[in-house]
Amino acid sequence: MPATPLIAYAHVGKSFDDGRVVAVDDVSLDVAEGEFLAIVGGSGSGKTTLLRLANRLIEADRGRIAVEGDDVSRIDPIQLRRRIGYVFQSGGLFPHLSVAGNIGITPKLLGWPQAEISARVDELLDLVRLDRAQYRDRLPHELSGGQRQRVGVARALAAKPRIVLMDEPFGALDPLTRDALGDDYRTLHRALGLTTVMITHDMTEALLLADRVAVMHGGKLLAQGTPAELSASTDSYVGELLRTPRRQAERLGALLPRDGTA
Amino acid sequence: MSPSADPRWSEALAHLPDYLGSHVRVSVTALALGLLVSLPLAIAARNRPVLRTALLGLASVVQTVPGLALLALFYPLLLALAALTATWLGFSFSAFGFLPAVLALALYSMLPVLRNTITGLSGVDPAVLEAAQGVGMTPRQSLTMVELPLALPVMMAGIRTAAVWVIGTATLSTPIGQTSLGNYIFAGLQTQNWVFVLFGCFAAAVLALVVDQLLALIENGLRNRSRTRTAFGGLGIAALIAVTLVPALARPHARYVVGAKTFTEQYVLSALLAQRLQSAGLPATTRAGLGSNVIFDALAAGDIDVYVDYSGTLWANQFHHTDVRPRAELLGELKTTLGKQNITLFGELGFENAYALVMPRKRADELGIHSIADLASRAATMSIAGDYEFFSRPEWAGIRKAYGLTFRAQRTMQPDFMYAAVASGEVDVIAGYTSDGLIAKYDLVTLADDRHAIPPYDAIVLLSPQRRDDEAFKAALQPLLGKIGIAAMREANLRASGNDASSSPDAVARWLWEKVGPK
Repeated sequence: MPATPLIAYAHVGKSFDDGRVVAVDDVSLDVAEGEFLAIVGGSGSGKTTLLRLANRLIEADRGRIAVEGDDVSRIDPIQLRRRIGYVFQSGGLFPHLSVAGNIGITPKLLGWPQAEISARVDELLDLVRLDRAQYRDRLPHELSGGQRQRVGVARALAAKPRIVLMDEPFGALDPLTRDALGDDYRTLHRALGLTTVMITHDMTEALLLADRVAVMHGGKLLAQGTPAELSASTDSYVGELLRTPRRQAERLGALLPRDGTA
Repeated sequence: MSPSADPRWSEALAHLPDYLGSHVRVSVTALALGLLVSLPLAIAARNRPVLRTALLGLASVVQTVPGLALLALFYPLLLALAALTATWLGFSFSAFGFLPAVLALALYSMLPVLRNTITGLSGVDPAVLEAAQGVGMTPRQSLTMVELPLALPVMMAGIRTAAVWVIGTATLSTPIGQTSLGNYIFAGLQTQNWVFVLFGCFAAAVLALVVDQLLALIENGLRNRSRTRTAFGGLGIAALIAVTLVPALARPHARYVVGAKTFTEQYVLSALLAQRLQSAGLPATTRAGLGSNVIFDALAAGDIDVYVDYSGTLWANQFHHTDVRPRAELLGELKTTLGKQNITLFGELGFENAYALVMPRKRADELGIHSIADLASRAATMSIAGDYEFFSRPEWAGIRKAYGLTFRAQRTMQPDFMYAAVASGEVDVIAGYTSDGLIAKYDLVTLADDRHAIPPYDAIVLLSPQRRDDEAFKAALQPLLGKIGIAAMREANLRASGNDASSSPDAVARWLWEKVGPK
């Protein structure tokens, strides 16, 4: 792991409703450059809040968050968000803008020349494997869920960020699409040298995609590490989360012949 | 007679460029002003619940004020303001016509625009707002690139509603001196010219539909990002405004304005005064259908040059006297009082249009009622009808006091319908006008006022301050003074209330001049 992490949370806290609801409670977490980190937790665990603190969609109450070495509380949040890709749950596309308009939005905000934006849109459509001619001018409601999420990923990558934050990006998709999209993203992550933080409630997905997994529960960071490190954890909640993928793996192993084509 | 041969259609058509042009100008200006105020307010209020509630509440309250009252309220308000600016800032402005109409209509247009803009903006999916923030938009960019485009259909629906309301309500700006398509409707209702009423309603409806469709085209263009459709809609609106501006620009500017209140006799007399001025080579126009609270102030402010009022009306309403004087004394006193305001009491026309209590002759004879005193003992079982202002006028209080009158019920009615109502027995007594031709038509009698509770109502010609020394102007009107007797006026009024081709105020005014002018 390199000396300076790309994202560093140090003793970060955030509460809502005048302190009555503690969403994030004294969390310290480093994300190294090039790493794919998954944050796993149930609803209300604070995982979404933790993610949004990084690009200041939510402001921290306590602690320090550094992105690419900069203390986020000291830099302009607008500029910060423009240099971080963000993939929203079920796309979050602008319904009145075409696929190209959605993908090119951050470059447009950054003032790129139109020709450059246009070329970048085509490049990204290729990257997320959508046919340029067919999809460029479509509106979001004319796309399937998987296609929408591909556009969401392309939009996040448009301004060539080093960091991509993903908020349950594949949660609402059918298993096949989800699998394909996950694999495709993983490939992009590697090829582009991205640093990715993905939140999910699905431990199986986290284990399959991420280099490292962090577990949140009740606002606290319970454990973090590679799958192997995590399975050594003595925390009962972590154990409970790992039980499902283990059982699934055992059953599938028994059900599916090893030499099968699946 | 086929409708196309009826000269009233061509007369109505001849007024169209002026009426329609003024109507479009006042509506478009009011709508533009309304949008200019409401849109920023709605945008400012979208994230401020307290402001939002206050704005919507205020706009709703404005909406509950009837359009006619709202328009009428702005006139004295602006008049006071104009007096203030004249005193303190050394300049004054005309509180008559255009300005009060624009302000009142703009206020009227605010509710649908505010409500729909706020609703449209708050209806934007929070996930989309979050995305706007997430991709790095500033609050302003989020508003212009995401929120407004998404709220646009709902906002445009509000703007279209406002446009239709404003165009419809603008017909009510006639009584405060703003020429509009309402001139057809007010004149038509007063003189029983149904051609005019229909024409005015139809023209206003067509205008509202056309503007609504043009706005729909713009909305459609914006929504589908079709520049062509947006441009066509915009061009349509621009063309509409341009076309209506042409007659206004071509019109000669130096012209005399003859005012008229909202009843038949006033329409006829204003037409007669205008005809006299025109035949003397003075360009003159009429501004008819003015509220009686508006018309005197309009004369004093020089917004109109001349009109016919009645001595008793001025005495009681304008100068708030409660005593009743003999007619010569009253006229003399009026002349002095008016002179202090630089208004010239030019002279009497020769007839009196007094309020009078009126009953069917047959019924009065049966009951032995010949005077108001006779009526007093029976009034408790009877109903009375009067025009819109009668029961709030000091004369009514005077009559009640002098004779101790109490009626079972009192109703207000459109003056031209009162006579038919009393003739048919729908009401027992009406407060009619002595010069009304319908008194003879329905065989009604006026009850004697032995105690002189009703002041004399001589028809008098009043000139505005700037016409005090205009000799050509005065010479043109001089031949009318003292020439119009009660019989001639009654017949003229009867003719004007007919519903046929020769009953337009202009035609009746020509007939009257034939009858009373120098042979």
